[in-house]
Amino acid sequence: MKSHSMVMLRRNFKHIARNPVSVFNAVLMPIVVMLMFVYMFGDAFSVGVDYVDYATPGLMLLAVCYGLGATATAVNSDMTKGIINRFKVMDVSRGAVLTGHVVASVLTNLVAIAALLGVAFLLGFSPAANFLDWLGAVGVVVLLGFATGWLTIALGLAAKTPETAGLASVPLVMLPFFSSAIVPADKMGPGLKQFAQYQPFTPIIETLRGLLNGAPATGTLLAALGWCVGIAVVGYLWASSTFKKRA
Amino acid sequence: MTDLAITASGLRKAYHDKTVLDGIDLEVEAGTIFSLLGPNGAGKTTTVNVLTTLAKADGGNVRVAGHDLATEAKAVRAAIGVTGQFAAVDELLTGQENLQLMVDLNRRARKQSVADLLERFELTDAARKPASTYSGGMRRKLDLAMTLVGNPRIIFLDEPTTGLDPRSRRTMWTIIRDLVADGVTIFLTTQYLEEADQLADRIAVLDQGRLVAEGTADQLKRRIPGTHVRLRFTTAAELDAAARVLAESTKDDEALVLRVPGDGGTKSLRSLLDRLDEYALSAAEFSVHTPDLDDVFLALTGHATEVSAK
Repeated sequence: MKSHSMVMLRRNFKHIARNPVSVFNAVLMPIVVMLMFVYMFGDAFSVGVDYVDYATPGLMLLAVCYGLGATATAVNSDMTKGIINRFKVMDVSRGAVLTGHVVASVLTNLVAIAALLGVAFLLGFSPAANFLDWLGAVGVVVLLGFATGWLTIALGLAAKTPETAGLASVPLVMLPFFSSAIVPADKMGPGLKQFAQYQPFTPIIETLRGLLNGAPATGTLLAALGWCVGIAVVGYLWASSTFKKRA
Repeated sequence: MTDLAITASGLRKAYHDKTVLDGIDLEVEAGTIFSLLGPNGAGKTTTVNVLTTLAKADGGNVRVAGHDLATEAKAVRAAIGVTGQFAAVDELLTGQENLQLMVDLNRRARKQSVADLLERFELTDAARKPASTYSGGMRRKLDLAMTLVGNPRIIFLDEPTTGLDPRSRRTMWTIIRDLVADGVTIFLTTQYLEEADQLADRIAVLDQGRLVAEGTADQLKRRIPGTHVRLRFTTAAELDAAARVLAESTKDDEALVLRVPGDGGTKSLRSLLDRLDEYALSAAEFSVHTPDLDDVFLALTGHATEVSAK
């Protein structure tokens, strides 16, 4: 017997192939943002290093977040169009349809980040990372994609319409701008500065930045892993209970 | 002894503090069509959701295909097929891919069933087009075809013809009859009285979470007053005058209609018309009315259905 999750994942891939606009957004938007910040504002920011080196790790996180809108909409349309109910009344392993969505979401993230890094290298990105650091960075990205993916699936399951599901994922897209992704937190105004310092995305970005500079700091790494696991657990539990309850 | 496909006793379900099902008892014989008839909001979909393991009952015992719903949900799911109220097809996939998806997810399905089902439901020509391009009738057919993958022996159809044009509705009825001829049990909900009358071996009338009647279409029809004559007048004065003359009648002031009980035979009709003549009264419209399920519903629940059988 074929694994049900694999069947669902194949279905997600077919969806992406038939409706490429959503993935275009996920891949192109982070690149547009990168070109905008690096070319237009890059020289105006003094961050101590070459701006493209500073911004790329933050934009990697932004790329993960941009991919989530499509995931939320896709999950919600499965829910509201009765597809999920159809699977639920079949003798199909319960989590398969959600697992398919999460894996498709993470893979989309990886494609978007690969494209983004390609453009970053063209712009002169010169990381000091060795192979192990790169491996670590990919690991953090996958973990982040997985964690925010589960949270987004919960949002998608709970929303009434695909439009509100898309809207529900907007905070996740906005949050990176209020972190150390674009400019260091200590250059921000009071209030925003504290918010940026303590919000979950900042340690994750700092971890990526550290790994790509070849000098990861253990403290931020632990904070990043903690946040990722926390978000994943909350997202997973919320998604599972909504999946069970909503008929 | 008869074989029971579905039994339920004392089935109750509430959402928050609103009671949706208030103690339902059901027995559905294997190989028959059982119709749950009721207006919007009566609790039909909730009943289907509970019987198909989508929603948990708050109370009562249910067995589907011999399995206890509460403890053997997985076995129930393996035995049933469900077509919900809104065609749950994957719009980005083609008709063929939709069916293939069901085959891939179903242990008992055979590979060739995709082509067979496309053929049987006259979807072969559209098989390679995305389901988003299908008409309402084609979607319903595809939806039902997907339900049939793996040959379930009990099929739940929640308002399978709502929103379909008359021709597609006839097609759907033929498909449902063919299924039962193959020995499948059908649990069908509908708000169309004609549909229940046409298809069902037994009908249960659901109103505000309670079963108010159960039986064959004929048994239900027998439960209400028999044939009567309807007379429509042009003025309220004429209506009132006629009502005084025909003491046994009941009048509807709004529609200017008088209902006079009678057997519909020529003798009683002649005497009725003679009486009207005697008092120089004439009706603008005259019809003999034999009871249909609309009358049954009105008589059983005290209120009319929201959607008529037309």
